[in-house]
Amino acid sequence: MSTIQLDSKIPSGPLETMWERHKGDIKIVNPANKRKYTIIVVGTGLAGSSAAASMAELGYNVKSFCIHESARRAHSIAAQGGINAAKAYAVDGDSVHRLFYDTIKGGDFRAREANVHRLAEVSTSIIDQCVAQGVPFAREYSGELANRSFGGTQVSRTFYARGQTGQQLLLGAYQALMRQVDQGRVKFHPRQEMLDLVLVNGKARGIITRNLETGALERHEADAVCLATGGYGRIFFLSTNAMNSNVTAAFRAHRRGALFANPCFTQIHPTCIPVSGTHQSKLTLMSESLRNDGRVWVPKRAEDRLKDPNQIAEADRDYYLERRYPSFGNLVPRDVASRAAKAVCDEGRGVGQSGLSVYLDFRDAIQRDGKHVIAEKYGNLFDMYHEITNENPYETPMRIYPAVHYTMGGLWVDYNLMSNVPGLHVLGEANFSDHGANRLGASALMQGLADGYFVIPYTIGNYLAGNTFEKVTTDHAAFAEAEAGVKAQIDKLLAVGAKGKRTVTDFYRELGKLMWDNVGMARNEKGLKATIEAIDKLHQEFWENVKIPQGRGLNKELEMAGRVADFLELGRLMAYDALDRKESCGGHFREEMQTEEGEAKRDDEKFAYVAAWEYQGAGKNPVLHKEALTFENIHLAQRSYK
Amino acid sequence: MNLTLVVWRQSGPNETGAFKTYQAKDVLPEMSFLEMLDFVNEDLIKAGDEPIQFDSDCREGICGSCGIVINGQAHGPLQGVATCQLYMRHFHDGDVISMEPWRAKAFPVVHDLVVNRSAFDRIIQSGGYTSAKTGKHAEANAILVPKEDQEAAMDNAACIGCGACVAACPNASASLFTAAKITHLAMLPQGQVERARRVKRMVERMDLEGFGNCSNIGECRAACPKEISIEAIAKMRSEYLRALGSTEAKED
Repeated sequence: MSTIQLDSKIPSGPLETMWERHKGDIKIVNPANKRKYTIIVVGTGLAGSSAAASMAELGYNVKSFCIHESARRAHSIAAQGGINAAKAYAVDGDSVHRLFYDTIKGGDFRAREANVHRLAEVSTSIIDQCVAQGVPFAREYSGELANRSFGGTQVSRTFYARGQTGQQLLLGAYQALMRQVDQGRVKFHPRQEMLDLVLVNGKARGIITRNLETGALERHEADAVCLATGGYGRIFFLSTNAMNSNVTAAFRAHRRGALFANPCFTQIHPTCIPVSGTHQSKLTLMSESLRNDGRVWVPKRAEDRLKDPNQIAEADRDYYLERRYPSFGNLVPRDVASRAAKAVCDEGRGVGQSGLSVYLDFRDAIQRDGKHVIAEKYGNLFDMYHEITNENPYETPMRIYPAVHYTMGGLWVDYNLMSNVPGLHVLGEANFSDHGANRLGASALMQGLADGYFVIPYTIGNYLAGNTFEKVTTDHAAFAEAEAGVKAQIDKLLAVGAKGKRTVTDFYRELGKLMWDNVGMARNEKGLKATIEAIDKLHQEFWENVKIPQGRGLNKELEMAGRVADFLELGRLMAYDALDRKESCGGHFREEMQTEEGEAKRDDEKFAYVAAWEYQGAGKNPVLHKEALTFENIHLAQRSYK
Repeated sequence: MNLTLVVWRQSGPNETGAFKTYQAKDVLPEMSFLEMLDFVNEDLIKAGDEPIQFDSDCREGICGSCGIVINGQAHGPLQGVATCQLYMRHFHDGDVISMEPWRAKAFPVVHDLVVNRSAFDRIIQSGGYTSAKTGKHAEANAILVPKEDQEAAMDNAACIGCGACVAACPNASASLFTAAKITHLAMLPQGQVERARRVKRMVERMDLEGFGNCSNIGECRAACPKEISIEAIAKMRSEYLRALGSTEAKED
């Protein structure tokens, strides 16, 4: 039986001063000693780049790894809408407390108060940091920073750089990282995929990587390892995530003992371009900011669903978000908006040929503000939509449908962002910590940069100063054992792949469909149980019948095959977690648990906990460890956006 | 629609490459160009052939990973889009489509259509930043930035680092890429302190990497998926001249 004891290491005392006190209490490494420590950072998105640059600036030796040819390609680059910060420039009632409150409530009371409060506190420093780096945030004519509002909140606290906020923030962090590379403080390893975590005497001391250009396996040692490898939304095959986003690094750490927390909490984003056919490789997000001016509707009558939308009279339209949620209207949080779209499509009122889309209509906004104003705000998004769908959103309403966008679940971490494996730290989307069961818009960029710039630089010192480190080289038996395991898996993939009949994509698409149909916007016991069985079968078939080209050097099918193998195991874990959580909360909607009005029914008595799962082997049921969530500063309440 | 694809195949950086011809059948107009390639690759894999290797990630024109010279044009025939944003409805049944990697001395071919663009990273390493370390800084609204300057900075900061400018340029010059970063930071108050050192180091690095010189042809602008203005290159030159007279840059 397992001996893991979860300790969230949340400091005692009042929440408002907790982080300040903690920073004063934790151990620090003497400046002259920092150069004696080496830290591996895997991933170069917002969390990874900012962490690597910040720790190098402090004097640590940093080794940075990414699967891309440049750090700037990480998927953070694609975030459109913005970054939240409690600057409270306007007199609209914003504050650190309100950002904290909105995030806890938006996450449907399944996140830790302590982590979220710290996130809200450091949010303001992030904006100052980014401005100092030359991030060209949108400005008012006064020269001051501009703000906009985002779903799930009633204040304007979102900072943005056109529709390319993620790009500009990532370039800021990337440039800081490149500066450290130039100064010799960071050794940068592009096109390297982490395929195992190396533990020596129970501590994370290194990684095994595969050089994606040559196929060579490499061993890298360090005193601590930080994973900032992003989320696992690509398990659904179709998602807004980039083609190469994957769970492999995190999942292999999971196999080495790191607990995977709340894997079933996935975010289905309400405003994506609908699926058009089986040829599609990914879906495209239309920024949530569009809901500030666009009105969401479907026809009142199912028989109108294929009519020209401009010919449907006002009285025959159902602006269902405004009708159901009058106080938040089109700006309800993502999970609520997504479920409402699914509900009207399930009723047969979905539009488009597939019946799986709803209108996002700018007619009224264009009449009110003029086309030029709408073009200035959303021009690039409208152009993108037009190019993809061949429809002009200035003239005919956009069609949108929910799609997988983000994963709130991830590796379990304590207040110091360390997993239950000593030395293994997890940052950004790869950890589970701040968004609970649903992430609010513009909060992912905030969390990634908070972790990297303003949390890990402090807490890593606490770990390093508080432990002793024996000298470990890559000749250690633990490295040899890990490398041999990685090599054996690649050999096996290639051996099966030489004779197999089904392509990697074929398996991947089938897994994605299973996940979307049964572990997507709505889940039920029967579907989840059937999915676990179906995934087990698919997993078995994969290892008997997958077809993989045999190149030992650059071979993108082989890379993808390794990732799909991990997704197959993760899919089972997600379904298992969803089955365990017999409540509806945030992105997790159990059909058995809903109110008469079809709203999510949370069960705080039984499920106010973090479900942290311990790996027991492929196809075996994981062991559950519960971290109880206590709410001392916010009153637990049923979420209402009515 | 049915298409004939003429594709550059090269099995490694030191191998000799060659064009090979493939037939793409039943391509749908709503497929993206890269989805068409996925589709062709599935058939190649099923037939036991090596699929065509190409880089691609976000598939929405922002990560800068993809880049194919299509019928002689970097990112293909459309203006203002990356390869991943090109849809097959812009092609016709029976078309012959050629595909090549970016070709430039500073971008060695890795495999088929995949090239190594780390020379761009090294240009950024040489000065494409402000040296603001992580920590406490002036309150973000303490320094006002005129909206026009911020917009001009943003126009240039929009560069995705795809390298189409280099691929399109007969001289394989990286001037538009380098100039975009120099202009972005030169337009903002935060970029002023290191302005002279930055331009000097970045331009020197660009030359050192083996990129060609700019001779004002403008193909870079035509190929740029973010339509970054060639005025940036003029700005880079004036910044460079300004830096020559600056004491700040002489320190290096």
